[in-house]
Amino acid sequence: MSETSDWQPSASFEVMQQRARMLEKLRAFFSARKVLEVETPIFSHAATTDLHIDSFQLNDPDMKWQGYLHTSPEFAMKRLLAAGSGSIYQVSKVFRRAEQGARHNPEFTLLEWYRVGFDHHQLMQEVDELVRTLLNKNVELAETQVFSYQTIFEQQLGINPHTVTVEELNACAKQHGYPEVIGLGNNESDKDSWLELLMSQVIEPALPKNCPVFIYDFPASQASLARIRDGEFPVAERFELYINGMELANGFHELTDSNEQLQRFEKDNQQRQQQGKQQVVMDDNLLMALDEGLPDCAGVALGLDRLLMLATGAERIDDVLSFSFARA
Amino acid sequence: MASYSTNEFRSGLKLMLDGDPCSIIENEFVKPGKGQAFNRVKIRNLISGRVLEKTFKSGESVEAADVMDMEMQYLYNDSDAWYFMDPDTFEQVGADEKAVGETLKWLKEQDICTVTLWNGVPIAVTPPNHVILEVVETDPGVRGDTSGGGGKPATCDTGAVVRVPLFIDIGEMIKVDTRNGEYVARVKN
Repeated sequence: MSETSDWQPSASFEVMQQRARMLEKLRAFFSARKVLEVETPIFSHAATTDLHIDSFQLNDPDMKWQGYLHTSPEFAMKRLLAAGSGSIYQVSKVFRRAEQGARHNPEFTLLEWYRVGFDHHQLMQEVDELVRTLLNKNVELAETQVFSYQTIFEQQLGINPHTVTVEELNACAKQHGYPEVIGLGNNESDKDSWLELLMSQVIEPALPKNCPVFIYDFPASQASLARIRDGEFPVAERFELYINGMELANGFHELTDSNEQLQRFEKDNQQRQQQGKQQVVMDDNLLMALDEGLPDCAGVALGLDRLLMLATGAERIDDVLSFSFARA
Repeated sequence: MASYSTNEFRSGLKLMLDGDPCSIIENEFVKPGKGQAFNRVKIRNLISGRVLEKTFKSGESVEAADVMDMEMQYLYNDSDAWYFMDPDTFEQVGADEKAVGETLKWLKEQDICTVTLWNGVPIAVTPPNHVILEVVETDPGVRGDTSGGGGKPATCDTGAVVRVPLFIDIGEMIKVDTRNGEYVARVKN
């Protein structure tokens, strides 16, 4: 099936040089702020239970080992934090099954960092500074814009995401050019998927251009590993960064409660079972670390390949990878 | 029944949608980092020829369409159908007017066409990229004018009307690109 040119790199050497410079700049950024660079295992016994993130499973028949390639270094880094590392960062290759497209490659480079004592708003500020440092000289960026999840839904679609019904979401998607989404219906369990469809297909492309856009305080049902804050509507202290409609980073004011973490793992696995997906081995080491005490902190994961796409004006992730998966 | 998961979607894949065989033109994978993935797909309905967009929740399965493209030789037509033959097995199929459609004006006996079969029945006929046709009607040729400037309409033996250079005369053979309907060259007998 290979094309004759498939041995050649998918990215140009200019882009590879830009990647190298970006890595230099980010290391200088964190070094100046006394954030420690760490390395954690790529291959581990447990994995994320997240319903929408699937890990590659590996086994060694000789040693009778079984494990997963990590989809993010989050759990191991939180164990370092609980053990007293202080603020840390890592640049690592991560792996996600069934993710391939113009902005997805099953193997990609994630920058993940944790700031002890920060909440998600303080971390958004730092993400903004880092992104401006890394894109400096390549992309002219206007003033950063910040919206809550509720505000952006109200402004762009005229709906309150916390009170809207599944039927209303379905009707809203119809109005915006999605008369039918095969596999989504009017079940309560489809609500987040409808919100995610509207967010990624309708709101993201219409976000202000040429500036960082942060969206924060997601519905509690999309908390993932963020803590939930009570209020008129409970919200997850989670944020996303977009530039020119492209999702670049996802951050949390981190959940530190081990009981709640266990409940979320179990709920994820229940939902996996309901959807006919494989159950995932929960990370007991993370739960024990949380039991011991994770310092109050905020953490964020940023896709470096996508940042490089922005810096170089690349349309496809393949254009910034030395060898995209098709050539790997 | 054979089916495809959205993970297998790629251009050219043939699916059954709303009871009609369809072909994927373009597949776009979209996924929030945390959250549901979707496939936005541009699809051609092979019966109506219409292009439509569909969105799937990733992981859904869709019935495969038993659609094959066959290289077949055009033989002749009668009042009911246009007949094509598989040059290997000599098997013949008849395509109706709907399946032949616009291709009709390029059909020359013995030319090899691509016949799209759904459950063994022709639903579309694609002509060869280039066909050689005889000019049966055009204004008299202007001798020596090979500048290529200007041009005039010429009716061919299959009924197609093609814009040709001024020097082309009735009875001459011309090569035409069927994809854009443009004259390519004069063919010497």
